[in-house]
Amino acid sequence: MAEINETITMENWQYNEQEIKRLHIAMNARALRKRRIRKTVLITLNIVMAVFILFPLLYTVSVSLMPSDQLFTMDMNLLPKSPTLDNYARALTQVPLVRFILNSFLVAGCITLGQIVTCSLAAFAFSFLEFRGKNVLFMLVMATMMVPGEATIISNYLTVSSMGLLDTYPVLILPSLTSAMGIFLFRQFYMTFPKSLYESAKLDGCGNLKFIVKILIPLTKSAIGAMAVYTFINAWNMYMWPLLVTGSEEMRTVQIGISMLNSVDAQSITLMMAGVVAIIIPSMVIFIVGQKQLIRGMFSGAVKG
Amino acid sequence: MNRFIEKLKQGNAYLYLIPCFLIFGVFLFYPFVKTIYLSFYKTDKLGQAKLFVGAENYTDLFTSEAFYNSLFVTLIFVVIVVVGSMLIGLIAAVLCSKAFPGIRFFSTSYALPMAIASSGAAMIFKIILNPTIGILNKLTGLDINWINDPKYALICVAVLTAWLNSGINFLYFSAGLGNIDDTIYERASVDGASAVQKFFRLTLPGLSPIMFYTLVVNIIQAFQSFGQVKILTQGGPGESTNLIVYSIYRDAFFNYKFGSAAAQSVVLFIIIMLLTLVMFRVEKKGVKY
Repeated sequence: MAEINETITMENWQYNEQEIKRLHIAMNARALRKRRIRKTVLITLNIVMAVFILFPLLYTVSVSLMPSDQLFTMDMNLLPKSPTLDNYARALTQVPLVRFILNSFLVAGCITLGQIVTCSLAAFAFSFLEFRGKNVLFMLVMATMMVPGEATIISNYLTVSSMGLLDTYPVLILPSLTSAMGIFLFRQFYMTFPKSLYESAKLDGCGNLKFIVKILIPLTKSAIGAMAVYTFINAWNMYMWPLLVTGSEEMRTVQIGISMLNSVDAQSITLMMAGVVAIIIPSMVIFIVGQKQLIRGMFSGAVKG
Repeated sequence: MNRFIEKLKQGNAYLYLIPCFLIFGVFLFYPFVKTIYLSFYKTDKLGQAKLFVGAENYTDLFTSEAFYNSLFVTLIFVVIVVVGSMLIGLIAAVLCSKAFPGIRFFSTSYALPMAIASSGAAMIFKIILNPTIGILNKLTGLDINWINDPKYALICVAVLTAWLNSGINFLYFSAGLGNIDDTIYERASVDGASAVQKFFRLTLPGLSPIMFYTLVVNIIQAFQSFGQVKILTQGGPGESTNLIVYSIYRDAFFNYKFGSAAAQSVVLFIIIMLLTLVMFRVEKKGVKY
């Protein structure tokens, strides 16, 4: 050790103070340049990646602004030469787009609200109450995660058609009114509260329902927010079930209504793209607004398990 | 008296479970049992069980070339989707792992495909992939009939699905990267490790707890793809994109072979159940890494 120190001081001896200072500045500049280059490279790579990921969406917006003769050419047409909102105007007048959007808002809203209610009630029972068969019932709820919706969809279709429910709002809403994931997520949050919270509330004469509404729900706003964003987007994007159970134009949800425009003539393609943009915007806005909540809720409970 | 109140209180607990079990009962447990039941019957056009045939629907499936084709196509599809979407998610997460100006915009963009419906995405890709007016052929100078060529159709549907599923993978991997201790990178830099070495020796092992979970969730999700097939290819050309869920749909609602469709549903359920059980098993062991 002493030997090394000696060599270092000896080397220092050979430089005078000024030279050391200059060396310092040069090194700092080099480090700074290196950092700057690294940052530029990072940002460039991110821009490339973002263009790659967003390309389909940006292109859709671009097509939705084109008059249809500009789409149907052999020339390069990434951007509309004369952007027009005509397609959107036609989508609003020629297709019951507003009706589709209202239907989807109603269905997705009811599903979201319903899931929050049924899941918080069930999660409350599973985390604060003692009753016979609790573990078995909870396992049963968790086991439903293993059953893909596609595997039961035929029987469900036969059930609702024999009940005469086809082509109504309840048939779109009812099957999705609860979810094992929601129960699991809420329970995960409720388990972090001490049991004494519940017991002392009960001693103060607070009933179970009041406890849920007045104490649990305000305390679990972030979990509810995460769940609401996730559920709403999924319900908005539902495709297979509404395709099977809706028949008339008035009952169609956005995904079904717009995909019915899926034909080949020039007029309807640009119209369809305007429709696609119009129905992506609500789910995108909800996603962007609720992103933070969603991530916090997803990763504080569910993944850690 | 006290015991009665206790009992009432016990009964009370079940009241809170009634709403969710009512829904599960009618729309999950009952149809689940009914699907198994139907898979042993031949049905009429309305889906009523008419003739008990034992395991005939299953033996028919496992001797039919179409079903093996459907399984094979699904397998290839799942592999492309899972590899593709995890790769996109991982690259995006690594690109956003260090702070830089504009990171919020980029991370939102990478997660955005989560918010997009399979049907909407399929309509978008239908235009992009169109052989005459599609922008893909124009940009690349190729002249390929993407959707109507059995060689490319499956790849197209798979790439579209990989794009859709990449958003959630970005979130999983970002969370995973956030859990890796920064000091090990600093120590590695001091030891003179290159960026590539750091990625393979530190980042990937650091992601392993979440990697497996993400993998299984992705496989399960890919198995359930439907909207993109329905809109983009209808299972064709030939049978080249006839994924298992689409095959169930077509057998039930076009061929009215509800029994056969139910048997395929049971096979799908068994595949998903096995994957889920494997996930739980390994997760229990794997968390203590």
